[in-house]
Amino acid sequence: MADFIDVYLIPFLWILGGVLAIVVPLLLAVAYVIYFDRKIWAAIHLRRGPNVVGPWGLLQSFADGLKLLLKETVVPSGANKGVFFIAPMLMFIVAAVAWAVIPFDEGLVLADLNVGVLYLFAISSLGVYGIIMSGWASNSRYAFLGALRSAAQMVSYEVSIGFVIVTVLLCVGSLNLSDVVMAQESAWFFIPLFPVFVIFFISALAETNRPPFDLPEAEAELVAGYQVEYSSLTFALFWLGEYASVLLMCAMTTTLFFGGWLSPFDNFVFNWIPGMDAFNEFVPGVIWFLLKTFFFFFIFSWVKASVPRYRYDQLMRLGWKVFLPVSLAAVIIVAGFLVGFDMLPNAA
Amino acid sequence: MEELLLEYLPILIFLGVAIVLAVLFVVGALLVAKQNPDSEKLSPYECGFEPFEDTRGQFDVRFYLVAILFIIFDLEVAFLFPWAVSLGTIGLFGFWSMVVFLGVLTVGFIYEWKKGALEWE
Repeated sequence: MADFIDVYLIPFLWILGGVLAIVVPLLLAVAYVIYFDRKIWAAIHLRRGPNVVGPWGLLQSFADGLKLLLKETVVPSGANKGVFFIAPMLMFIVAAVAWAVIPFDEGLVLADLNVGVLYLFAISSLGVYGIIMSGWASNSRYAFLGALRSAAQMVSYEVSIGFVIVTVLLCVGSLNLSDVVMAQESAWFFIPLFPVFVIFFISALAETNRPPFDLPEAEAELVAGYQVEYSSLTFALFWLGEYASVLLMCAMTTTLFFGGWLSPFDNFVFNWIPGMDAFNEFVPGVIWFLLKTFFFFFIFSWVKASVPRYRYDQLMRLGWKVFLPVSLAAVIIVAGFLVGFDMLPNAA
Repeated sequence: MEELLLEYLPILIFLGVAIVLAVLFVVGALLVAKQNPDSEKLSPYECGFEPFEDTRGQFDVRFYLVAILFIIFDLEVAFLFPWAVSLGTIGLFGFWSMVVFLGVLTVGFIYEWKKGALEWE
């Protein structure tokens, strides 16, 4: 019995604690980035934004959640009941589970997989299932059209995201996310790989259905797209999933291009300043990681508030005729450069 | 082997926690809120119209085409992942083999572009 506790129960509880230490802050962060998002749009539009519930409106997201909890769950009579409920749950689960491999600090990662990048790529592709299932199961015209558009859009941009990740991998020589960060100690990858970083960022906007690529939920033509038949907490799950995956994309941008937990002041530009070393020692990496992630979230909001929506044919053209050829060429150029100048990592 | 699988245990537990949370959300709302359905409320939303026909009819074939193109290119990406990681050990030979492979795919890509498979008007 004691054996059972030592060998199985205690490690299990440790891992469970680790999981909760990610999930609970993640849910809180989602609640607050929604508030943050609304405040940023408001500031850009010269409005006040939410400012009634709690001080400065800080409790707005919780009030919204509570309101949704008390609403009736409407299941349309023509819907496939099982799939109808599984779809929002899948959206949320997929967006949450991807966080298991994100390195928050050196060694501070729940599952330090040696194929972390592949796992992230696979999990973020699964998001499209939630959308297509919700659109199909709702059995409603708007939901169906929205889901189709969304699915086509997500798969189009996923291809260029894949090629961009390959260019990063060429410079790292490992699929482990901690190794990806460590490889950026001399220079963060957005400096040598700036063009592909731009492609990655714009594709991330499209992949998460954020403006200017929010065609699936274009409210003027498709009402709310695939979410139109959802109410109550099934609707809230879509929101949670959507913002969790937006945050995930920000975290991925940070990890792949902006040095993850590395301090922005730990380089030759700043190192001559006396006391800089002590400062870099003192500030934990997780702070830098979170600051960078929220900085990218700010850019996501900024884009939403300032850019008009794309037309669907423009969106598909950008994905297939611009990003795909350019990112494919980038793979060859980066690989050729690394081979030609003998700069490949783990060379034989 | 077992060590390798143990790395994935946290993900399995994470998946379990996420599933429990998602189910709690849905079931919680069903239990807490008053359910009061009627046939008008449950009809599919179509801006106040009665739905004209079943939703699951025909839709544009180009969505299907995009899906097929996606499979080709996504497989290509999946193929590039291990190549990118091991390029240091396979060297020049590995590099040129992949260039030939990508060249073949590019020919296909140019063909479908010229055929108009990427047009949405």
